[in-house]
Amino acid sequence: MEVLFGTVKELVALAESQNKPISEIMIEQEVLITRRSREEIIAQMDNNLTVMESAVEQGLQGVKSTSGLTGGDAVLIQNYIKSGKSLSGDLILDAVSKAVATNEVNAAMGMICATPTAGAAGIVPGTLFAVKEKLNPTREQMVNYLFTSGAFGFVVANNASISGAAGGCQAETGSAASMAAAAIVEMAGGTPQQSAEAFSIVMKNMLGLVCDPVAGLVEVPCVKRNAMGAAKALVGADMALAGVVSRIPTDEVIEAMHRIGQTMPSALRETAKGGLAATPTGKRLEAEIFGKDKTVRDTVNS
Amino acid sequence: MKYRSVFEIIGPVMIGPSSSHTAGAARIGRVARDLFGRQPEWAKIYLYGSFAETYKGHGTDVAIIGGLLDYDTFDERIKTSFEDAAALGMTFEFIPEEEEADHPNTARVVIGDSQGEMELVGISIGGGTMEVTELNGFPLRLSGHFPALLVVHDDRAGVIASVSNSIASQGMNIAHMEVGRKEKGKMALMVIEVDQMFDETLINELKSLPNVTQVSTLAN
Repeated sequence: MEVLFGTVKELVALAESQNKPISEIMIEQEVLITRRSREEIIAQMDNNLTVMESAVEQGLQGVKSTSGLTGGDAVLIQNYIKSGKSLSGDLILDAVSKAVATNEVNAAMGMICATPTAGAAGIVPGTLFAVKEKLNPTREQMVNYLFTSGAFGFVVANNASISGAAGGCQAETGSAASMAAAAIVEMAGGTPQQSAEAFSIVMKNMLGLVCDPVAGLVEVPCVKRNAMGAAKALVGADMALAGVVSRIPTDEVIEAMHRIGQTMPSALRETAKGGLAATPTGKRLEAEIFGKDKTVRDTVNS
Repeated sequence: MKYRSVFEIIGPVMIGPSSSHTAGAARIGRVARDLFGRQPEWAKIYLYGSFAETYKGHGTDVAIIGGLLDYDTFDERIKTSFEDAAALGMTFEFIPEEEEADHPNTARVVIGDSQGEMELVGISIGGGTMEVTELNGFPLRLSGHFPALLVVHDDRAGVIASVSNSIASQGMNIAHMEVGRKEKGKMALMVIEVDQMFDETLINELKSLPNVTQVSTLAN
């Protein structure tokens, strides 16, 4: 298969040599690979943006999952911002609440757009709709934010993994937060190389994060991992825009994530057998939600 | 490359909660239904690895049944697929297996009706993307990225040539092709991924070729 880029190094080199943003390189590659028209591709991404916007709005109204484990936190955080007492900053908390909103809708089996997965779907839109308040982007720039996120995610998906079952949470919220950081940099006027630095800075702080969902549900701790992922994305983007660089090149950081995922025990890769899922409270919640059958079976297994 | 489109990263638009365990699972069910060519009357679904451990929490079960009812990943009806299946008279059973599969998210879908049955192994590789790794005992690799033709035929000289000639005569380009057989001279399977969408004319022509016993299709 003919692709324009397979690594972040190639992606950045291409963007810089042609003096184009990363989002543009992603669009060109999509045209090349799928042979669909540019208009059709942009229209599909615009539709994804609309889905994200609706999910955030829905979550900010307050939702509750079937299990009752999650829901309502996005509203709490928004109310706290309005109180004017926030310590970490309104923009960060706005991103956090919008990320939480999306994941609360996801947990309630609502409609979302996976970025790159459903479990990590809050971070890219959460940061986008928060940064939007400050940077006032055009609709086109917002769509481009998604293409830039996608370009970095494309490299991770092909060279490492974006699946919690294969690589742990670092592959899901880790990828999403790093992708978002890169996109924030582009929207804020940073260079392609600064996008790559932001990606690396965030991913380095996500390495080793395990996937340990309580009762196997995409709720605890997934929703709060999206919250922190959004916060890290913003801080990482700011660091890169300030001129901070990563000593380890982005592609090597991705490779490290891949190797860590491969050596992670299966109990910590979305099997709900280890980590927070295996705590006394995690097990009790599982028994309450699924009744005795599941508990008996798990006891037999362990 | 496992992923080829940006919409596998920013997408799919889907009903939550999990891209691999809900959306990918729905796609496995839908591809099975597509290849079977009609609504199955019954289904037995064997789940492995993380699918076996967490299928209830992720709605993997309602998603696979939704797929078998031809629902897309964003179809709200996924939530009520069990009731919808019952209304159509389709029976189904989920069997979580202890045995380790090659991939952590693996489902073996056995479906059928009075006219026949089909067995498919699908893996959900992340972000809603899936692959078919086995069909009726034939190992294969089908991504669902391209429209595909699956031709079951007798293992005889010239069958592959006649099938590819028919495809070429329609002005169509083959993107990827795999041929496998269970035993020399017995039943064989051709998996042909093409660049453009095919029509009924081609499918009927392929069905009429000597030694071809069955033609299934997978639309992109």
